[in-house]
Amino acid sequence: MKLLLALLVGGLFAAGIYLIVRRSIVKLIMGLILLSHGANLLIFASGGLVRAQAPLVEPGALTPETPHADPVPQALILTAIVIGFGVVAFMMVLVSRAYRAVGTDDTDEFTGTDH
Amino acid sequence: MNSTILQTATRYLLPLLLVFSIVVMLQGHNKPGGGFIGGLIGAAGFALHGMAFGPNATRTALRADLVVVMALGLAFALVAGCLALASGQPFLTGLWVSVPFPGFGEVKVGTPLVFDIGVYFVVIGVVMTIVLSLLEENA
Amino acid sequence: MNALPILPVLIPLGTACLGMLGHRSLRAQQTVSIAGAVALALAAVALVARTATGEILTMDAGGWSAPFGITFVADAFGAIMVLLAAVTGLAVVVYSVASVDLPRKRFLYYPLTHVLLAGVCGAFLTGDIFNLYVCFEILLLSSFVLLSLGSERGQLEGAIKYVTLNLISSAIFLSAAGLLYGTLGTLNMAHLSVRAAEAVAEGNGNAVTIVAMLFMVSFGIKAAVFPLFFWLPASYHTPPFAVSALFAGLLTKVGVYAIVRVFTLIFVHDTGYTHTILLWVAALTMVSGVLGAAAQTEFRRVLSFHIISQIGYMILGVALLTPLAVAGTVFYIVHHIVVKANLFLVAGVAHRIRGTSDLGRAGRVGVYASAPLVAILFMIPAMSLAGVPPLSGFWAKLILIRAALDERAYVYVAVALLVGIMTLFSMTKIWAEAFWKSPEEKEGDPPTKADRTPMGMLAPIAALAGITVAIGLAAQPVFEFSVLAAGQLLNPEVYVGAALGEAFVTPLQGGVEP
Repeated sequence: MKLLLALLVGGLFAAGIYLIVRRSIVKLIMGLILLSHGANLLIFASGGLVRAQAPLVEPGALTPETPHADPVPQALILTAIVIGFGVVAFMMVLVSRAYRAVGTDDTDEFTGTDH
Repeated sequence: MNSTILQTATRYLLPLLLVFSIVVMLQGHNKPGGGFIGGLIGAAGFALHGMAFGPNATRTALRADLVVVMALGLAFALVAGCLALASGQPFLTGLWVSVPFPGFGEVKVGTPLVFDIGVYFVVIGVVMTIVLSLLEENA
Repeated sequence: MNALPILPVLIPLGTACLGMLGHRSLRAQQTVSIAGAVALALAAVALVARTATGEILTMDAGGWSAPFGITFVADAFGAIMVLLAAVTGLAVVVYSVASVDLPRKRFLYYPLTHVLLAGVCGAFLTGDIFNLYVCFEILLLSSFVLLSLGSERGQLEGAIKYVTLNLISSAIFLSAAGLLYGTLGTLNMAHLSVRAAEAVAEGNGNAVTIVAMLFMVSFGIKAAVFPLFFWLPASYHTPPFAVSALFAGLLTKVGVYAIVRVFTLIFVHDTGYTHTILLWVAALTMVSGVLGAAAQTEFRRVLSFHIISQIGYMILGVALLTPLAVAGTVFYIVHHIVVKANLFLVAGVAHRIRGTSDLGRAGRVGVYASAPLVAILFMIPAMSLAGVPPLSGFWAKLILIRAALDERAYVYVAVALLVGIMTLFSMTKIWAEAFWKSPEEKEGDPPTKADRTPMGMLAPIAALAGITVAIGLAAQPVFEFSVLAAGQLLNPEVYVGAALGEAFVTPLQGGVEP
């Protein structure tokens, strides 16, 4: 399972970087989305994979039943997803405005600020 | 988009989604849910409305100024955190009071709930600002 | 008062909130915005005054004790960074009143500026590596919007590059934080310091070094070091001058702060590897930045490349990792933030007077001929940037070069001196082309009375120039504070003791299982 997740993370990073270096700004967004998914999955995998219960404390108890999953990576991923959501939503507006201003989605044409 | 099916369905779905979003937000303290998810569900309802009737109709239907919605949400969250400061505890410490609620018995109300309501409004404000500007862009 | 370490985050957020509530009235927004910036500055002064005694203030958010909850820690370094952010923020907000156009102001310009400040201050004060990520994202998101506000073509092109590179950096940061948690089992920076030492003692040092390199790349992109700086000169000259000044003063320095923090607190076990790389990065950053600047003819692009070369000096101090060198880095950051933000503000005034920012074109009138005061106000930060005594930049460079001499790093001394001379050359180029030269043929309309620079733009420039001169003339107190900050940075047990309690200070004692 760990190997599978590792391959998946690697695949997501590779696909993300491949899409980012393509010339289309739409693919650029796709690439960034895949990259952030890869990072999230990496947190999940590196937090340790165990077959265990949800880390919820039953009413009346003081500690969750063991064995329980580590809640920290889940909280990190949740936060990262929320942030990623906001960033991608902003990126959509930005790309659509930029497409309108430049008139193309080819990143090779985005050279107005380079000189 | 001008589809009768979508428009009719939206008329029924929007109130359902809004009620569902509030339920999800309120149950978030002990069960899956919370301000962020609730806000997203609510925003999804309004986004559906925007697709069916156009962004201008949605702005009218929302009634409130989205910037003020965001500001109020932020204010709720800040107040929830600062109440603890005012009582001499660290920022964001949860404070709880039990209030009698007719039909439910004692209901515990606390600053985490206020915080969640703040998140709910911020999410609706931010998502709707982005969705509406995208819809207007492509109108 | 246990709220002090969190106030610099809460004040800008509250200001942003009030500004949004009253967003229909421009006057209300401006009043709230300036009042908020002043309040932030006061809180920062209080924080610096408290930490100047060597005390480290902490606050556990939500009452969850460290290392489980999110801790805010204000040591001398964090406090002085917050003060600099507050001063820059105040200057930029005042400058914006007279210089930023109405549509931008209507579209939440002021609240966004304050959210940015909240993110910056949060990054300086947090004691939790994941919270650092969240603060980075807060400041990045607001900087994205500030950068693209107005939707001019150049802005959008610059914004795409800026956003993309910063998101890649964030993805790397996130991966690194996840791996760090997987390796060391904690996210609290003080606890990470303890755990990293334990992991190295157990022979697990290579895993920690790998994560350290991921952090170096991620923070390196944000700090714009060689070879990861290309997003900076492509974007910083596109937004309004006030926004550029804010970015130039603060954003890359957040990256530098993060590098200084993690490479003095957590990743200090394999300095022969990590800090040697930093040393090379520092030298190459200095050289490539200053060479890039020599090739530019646009006012703000020249300044943007100089940000990069100056970042090199700051990294040099961390890389050498001696008390004097780290004190030099702290001093350099203090000097640099004030000077750099000021130069971008002056660039805005010069643009207004000349009608162009292109150094190759004559413009409609020479700045010195029509507004000698502005020209002098440019001269102060420009000469300070180049390191001319007795201004602040001279002392900053002197400390770093002295530290490098002590370490017998003669190559880096030579590079630092050479880059200083090239900076002087660059500044005189701007002086000659934009300020001194009067056009033979008038280009465009001659300036009218309405074109006179408003006091609202000159006052912040004069104030920042005054700070530059003051640091130069009274360098001793600033130097002593830098030494104090460096002492805390180089003795992680001080930070650990303050954030976690003394039980954690001796390694392998009292470790709590996550």
